[in-house]
Amino acid sequence: METKPKLYYFHGRGRMESIRWLLAAAGVEFEEEFLETREQYEKLQKDGLLLFDQVPLVEIDGMPLTQSRAILSYLAAKYNLYGKDLKERLRIDMYTDGTLDLMLMIAQAPFKPPKEKEESYALIVTRAKTRYFPVFEKILKDHGEAFLVGNQLSWADIQLLEAILMVEELSAPVLSDFPLLQAFKARISNIPTIKKFLQPGSQRKPPPDGHYVEVVRNVLKF
Amino acid sequence: MAGKPVLHYFDGRGRMEPVRWLLAAAGVEFEEKFLKTRDDLARLRNDGSLMFQQVPMVEIDGMKLVQTKAILNYIASKYNLYGKDIKERAIIDMYVEGVADLELMVLYLPHMPSGEKDAALATIKEKARNRYFPAYEKVLKSHGQDYLVSNRLSRADISLVELLYHVEELDPSVLANFPQLKALKARVSNLPTVKKFLQPGSQRKPFDDEKCVESVKKIFS
Repeated sequence: METKPKLYYFHGRGRMESIRWLLAAAGVEFEEEFLETREQYEKLQKDGLLLFDQVPLVEIDGMPLTQSRAILSYLAAKYNLYGKDLKERLRIDMYTDGTLDLMLMIAQAPFKPPKEKEESYALIVTRAKTRYFPVFEKILKDHGEAFLVGNQLSWADIQLLEAILMVEELSAPVLSDFPLLQAFKARISNIPTIKKFLQPGSQRKPPPDGHYVEVVRNVLKF
Repeated sequence: MAGKPVLHYFDGRGRMEPVRWLLAAAGVEFEEKFLKTRDDLARLRNDGSLMFQQVPMVEIDGMKLVQTKAILNYIASKYNLYGKDIKERAIIDMYVEGVADLELMVLYLPHMPSGEKDAALATIKEKARNRYFPAYEKVLKSHGQDYLVSNRLSRADISLVELLYHVEELDPSVLANFPQLKALKARVSNLPTVKKFLQPGSQRKPFDDEKCVESVKKIFS
């Protein structure tokens, strides 16, 4: 029997959350080790598991993988969420790259001084409404299918749902001009594995708070 | 015969340089359409060519690709520079992402506000010498092979060697303590396609100078 993937990260979203989403959507059980102290982090370094001294780290199939995009691409390919050919994979890459840009802004915002943080959040909502969501609304409108690529669930759909929910936390009515995205959100949220992940008690992490920021700063010393 | 890929960007390195290196290393001839004015960018945006209103954009195989990583993934797959299975691809991706993190700092440096440049340069040198170059040196030393992954040229080698050239411009002695990296650089530089790309007159771009930086500010204002 295959060992479960093991995730090493802080007890929070950061750059690991997209990985949790993808594993959960694929119905893959995973373990987590939460970094709380500098000592834990230094041990991972000493054990040679962190290629660039960075987390996320995911141990899977005998490999210590770091770099969240590398991890996400591997999981997408392994669990058949990466399209059926090169051209579909390309579209998935373009869409996920776009949403990852948006989610990176969200992950970095809590670490900024208060005024910059507020500006970041405002920019995130503006970008979502003017740059990213219109694109996906149009994609769904143009092909009229239930999923973004190839008429089947892919990494692109999972990531878009994650992005939508995170931006809604910043601005609840953000989807008001996007009827197809509203339907998309309901539809993807109802997929059994994803529905389960959205329940309380799952491994999904809450939005970052002061404690999370403090732990990250202490462990990574910045 | 399919047309050559067309790269849409300003006349400078920016985020397009890794795409130029990969195409050149793969022996693929390409054309470039340089953005020179705000109107050039506006035109591309208005005719729906830019999915997220951003460049780089590459026209290839009848498609208009955006998002540098997606573009590079496609080219690497198409020209067999992406390993033979998903596990090799994961390792290649890990290495490429590390290079990309440092490369982004390097490629953005000329475009930073002048008050921030010194600190940024110091960070680049520190990260190159203490985080990234030791990691790749160790990989090469551990298996003793000619290339980073599975003894075969991949995009990881090409992107790393590009980075080595770029960092050496900023820190000429940076490779002094990295013999494996020096050897990889020499080996990859001697491949016929790369050798050609390193000659004057190729489509390789010089360090983004003042003129380029001014032009970029205008285009994206």
